[in-house]
Amino acid sequence: MIILDLLICLVLVASAVVAMNVRNLVSAAVLVGVVSLLVSYLFLRMGAPDVAMTEAAIGAGLSTVIFLIAIRRTEEEEQG
Amino acid sequence: MKQIFAIILLLIMGWFLLGLVPLGQPTEPGVVAQHYISQGVQENRGANLVTSVIVNYRGFDTLGEVTVLFLSVAGAGFVLRRREGIERRVNRPSSEILQTGARMLFAPIVIFGAYIFVHGHLSPGGGFQGGAVVASAVMLLLLADRGHHLPHGFMHWLESMVGFTYVMVGLAGLVIAGSFLSNQGVLPLGTWNRLFSGGVIPIIYTLVGLKVGTELSSLLDTMIDTGRPDHADNSEGGTS
Amino acid sequence: MNALTPATLYLVTAILLILIGLAGALVRRNLLKMVLGFALVDTGIHLLIAALGSNPNKSAPILNKESLLGDPSLILDPVPQALVLTAIVIGIGVTALMLAYVIRLFAMRQSLDIRDFGRLKW
Repeated sequence: MIILDLLICLVLVASAVVAMNVRNLVSAAVLVGVVSLLVSYLFLRMGAPDVAMTEAAIGAGLSTVIFLIAIRRTEEEEQG
Repeated sequence: MKQIFAIILLLIMGWFLLGLVPLGQPTEPGVVAQHYISQGVQENRGANLVTSVIVNYRGFDTLGEVTVLFLSVAGAGFVLRRREGIERRVNRPSSEILQTGARMLFAPIVIFGAYIFVHGHLSPGGGFQGGAVVASAVMLLLLADRGHHLPHGFMHWLESMVGFTYVMVGLAGLVIAGSFLSNQGVLPLGTWNRLFSGGVIPIIYTLVGLKVGTELSSLLDTMIDTGRPDHADNSEGGTS
Repeated sequence: MNALTPATLYLVTAILLILIGLAGALVRRNLLKMVLGFALVDTGIHLLIAALGSNPNKSAPILNKESLLGDPSLILDPVPQALVLTAIVIGIGVTALMLAYVIRLFAMRQSLDIRDFGRLKW
């Protein structure tokens, strides 16, 4: 199981690095959501199902949504 | 130049963080945590110890926490307030299928959220998670139908009443058992691992769930629906 | 590396997340990128606190089986988990407030570049 954990952690750190370096803001927001989702898996692995649920619902769900709304509201004016 | 400073700062921080954490050996619970673990079930009859800690032992913190959440939502609403006379942006309306489907899904999602926060003392989950699920139902409704108006009056009323009831439950504990939000003697504690158990814990977590649900819903409503970021402000800006 | 325990792995990942997020918040010039960096820092701190209380030999603090009631030494510490739960909910409030300010600033200057807001310096 430690191998799977190691793999998850590697993907997580890689997503975080790419999220900070990618040009497209929507990709960055979605990658931050991916990081939250993988972290919630780690919470489940370390015996914290409550925290995992909260992180998946709030960190990965609502947070990403408000980021996407903010991105949409700040780019639509640039085109028009 | 700035980047070099940033890198140096990060190296220093990483060094201190690595020195801060005890790598390798797992930590043991402290004295208070030992008490929660060994006496928590006897004192509160709640199977979920995290819920017992959040709602009962540290219930006052949770009251502060929902207040902080309310303040941040109110702050976002203040910053993004709609100017008078600017009408709601009218987008292309969504298709009938999408709107009807969203309306049909709304009630089951809300019921699922309620299920999560009612069972907070028995299984993983609770007011915060359930509140987020309720808010996601509202989000579905708002995204599927842009012109949808949330019942703001009802939501404000519900939120105020929930906060008021929370404080009242706490005061009942103060009167009966001598400490704010106490669980002893306010309601019968019931049997461990049953739905009607845990004294005031399910009641408070339901209140927290309703409050978090309404707060996150009004947050989403504020973010989605404040009309266009108005050009009336350009006079302040000048450089554009 | 003879003993790579899960707790060590989680702690190192958490520290890396915090540093990546801070680097993004410090170096990037796009306001939304900075807020995303702060969100990463937030996630990293949650992972750090939860990993400090983790122990692979103990079970989750949910005592819904008879066998768990007997021995308190088999149960994980619930306090860090309660703390992280609180921190996640506060975190979304903070993020939402930051995004509201970003939208407001964008409405003011029609730009997301931090260098366009030099006049707001002290």
